[in-house]
Amino acid sequence: MQAFTTLTGLVAPLDRVNVDTDQIIPKQYLKTIKRTGLREGLFFDWKKQKDGSPDPQFFLNQARYQGATILLTRDNFGCGSSREHAPWALLDQGFRCVIAPSFADIFYNNCFQNGILPVVLTADEVLAMMHEVLATPGYQLTVDLGKQTVTTPGGKICTFTIDPFRKDCLYRGLDSIGLTLQHESAISVYEKKRKAEAPWLFTDIPS
Amino acid sequence: MAGKTLFDKIWDTHFVREEPDGTTLLYIDRQLVHEVTSPQAFEGLKLAGRRPRRPAATLAVPDHNVPTTDRRLGIADAISAKQIQTLEDNCRDFSITLFGMNDIRQGVVHVIGPEQGFTLPGTTIVCGDSHTSTHGAFGALAFGIGTSEVEHVLATQCLVQKRPKTMEIRVDGVLSDRCSAKDIILAIIGKIGTAGGTGYVIEYTGSAIRALSMEGRMTLCNMSIEGGARAGMVAPDEKTTAYIKGRPLAPKDALFEQAVRAWEQLKTDPDAKYDATLVMRAEDIAPQVSWGTSPGMVLGVDQRVPDPATMTDDNTRKATERALEYMGLAANMRIADIRIDKVFIGSCTNSRIEDLRLAASLAKGKHVSKTVHAMVVPGSGLVKQQAEQEGLDKIFREAGFEWREAGCSMCLAMNADVLKPGERCASTSNRNFEGRQGAGGRTHLVSPAMAVAAAVEGHFIDIRHWS
Repeated sequence: MQAFTTLTGLVAPLDRVNVDTDQIIPKQYLKTIKRTGLREGLFFDWKKQKDGSPDPQFFLNQARYQGATILLTRDNFGCGSSREHAPWALLDQGFRCVIAPSFADIFYNNCFQNGILPVVLTADEVLAMMHEVLATPGYQLTVDLGKQTVTTPGGKICTFTIDPFRKDCLYRGLDSIGLTLQHESAISVYEKKRKAEAPWLFTDIPS
Repeated sequence: MAGKTLFDKIWDTHFVREEPDGTTLLYIDRQLVHEVTSPQAFEGLKLAGRRPRRPAATLAVPDHNVPTTDRRLGIADAISAKQIQTLEDNCRDFSITLFGMNDIRQGVVHVIGPEQGFTLPGTTIVCGDSHTSTHGAFGALAFGIGTSEVEHVLATQCLVQKRPKTMEIRVDGVLSDRCSAKDIILAIIGKIGTAGGTGYVIEYTGSAIRALSMEGRMTLCNMSIEGGARAGMVAPDEKTTAYIKGRPLAPKDALFEQAVRAWEQLKTDPDAKYDATLVMRAEDIAPQVSWGTSPGMVLGVDQRVPDPATMTDDNTRKATERALEYMGLAANMRIADIRIDKVFIGSCTNSRIEDLRLAASLAKGKHVSKTVHAMVVPGSGLVKQQAEQEGLDKIFREAGFEWREAGCSMCLAMNADVLKPGERCASTSNRNFEGRQGAGGRTHLVSPAMAVAAAVEGHFIDIRHWS
């Protein structure tokens, strides 16, 4: 997994609440057996008009947001289906950071598995940034994971919280399975103890 | 020491170790795997040269992509076929039990887990599918995960988790005639919103919950995720043990007796505290119909479609305007006046034998409206077999419903069962997002009883007063 330390990047606005993962990437893109190449499906139904042509109003189709690495959006982003194709598609489009007042739990977790930093700011902070990004072509933010800050072009610094363990894993780009495997002996001890309490759950493990 | 909630008891018995910030390595007893969210996980294992830690703790089944028409014809969609083939190959390579597409035990992953006795009280259960919350009906801690975490569990039998908060939702009283668990959960989501449960595990309590059958409890817990909660649970009782007893993968004989004694301890202590509590009365719950493009956009069938002009919150007004436009509905129209084109009875929410019995009892002697196309998709091959033994298929067919093979089908329309743009469907599934049942399709979430009545009448009707 790619580490995330600091990022200064172009911001793209998605001014909607409750964006579900079916909208981030619809079902027809879930038939793949790969993690890559999913940008084509990102916001597939929203980026088209009824006749199938690109919708010029949608941010992904606007020249000023090309190359954006930070997505700014509203409450409860990523709700619904657990599909990890949602962060894969965002990553494939170039997004490394999503800023919102709140996220759905599964999507939030999935971001960390893929080197994407989900940042929770207050609704007021997001609202102010949303106004600024819409009014300012080339609007960039600087996200510093180490300091847990987001800095606006005007110099306003917003701080965010993040669990220390998650932060460390993302900051160093650690292989999460490899980390858990370092605790193999603790897992074996647990299994032995638990088998004694609940043997019906461990009939595959010899005594 | 303060007492423990049901959630606390399960969490504590699955604790392996923790980081200084409280991030916990949680042991996972059971994993269910399907074809859509697993290929990249198995690929990851192969690339890293890792093997599943406990292959017997995982059960796999294809469900999202499978056709619900004649299986002997194979799968017309080559990409779907490849995904299902990949699951078969991976299960063979990693020694994981698979119920293949032509196995009578095949079905929707959240139907077959309980059906086989794979789902047990007091366990931790995961699946790369958000509706894993279903299994909480047995007093398990069950939640959906992403594909990277599927790989993590395969390799380590553990997950790295932050302890969630607990919420009690207590529903006391008696439901109105023909109202069901689906109406309870839709009413709850309507009340708390689609993010109301974010960060929480919900325990459903109260006399109306205890009165539900296991199938009803599964329907209830299934849609916890639509309220934002990764998991919902109901404490096990004698209904739970009666349901499990004798199932193929359930413990047998002395082990079963030992398990039952342990399961009897799985209830929230009287002095335990939840982080939040919500109380509702079953009598206040009318048959529910969703009108918008989010499960929280739901009302009683006796209500009218909301009017954005009356809304003060900017975000809510905009979301409502957008939803009404997508759904092709006018503000203030009666929900009972909404006419439908399609009816789908099925999905991991409402495709179990009890759902089909209830639907058939209402469909008997009636006929689907000429303007409606209606289909019934059983949750598993065994549910289908049971229904056919009881003659339910005959009732449905005579009433003009199509009777299909088991699978996810039109709940998410990954197979050939898809709404056309603009088509309006009364669906017993769990999500009414834009395009969920097909691009441009319009979904109204309802109970099986409401779906049958809508199929017959061609529009929604209050089943409490339907003759």
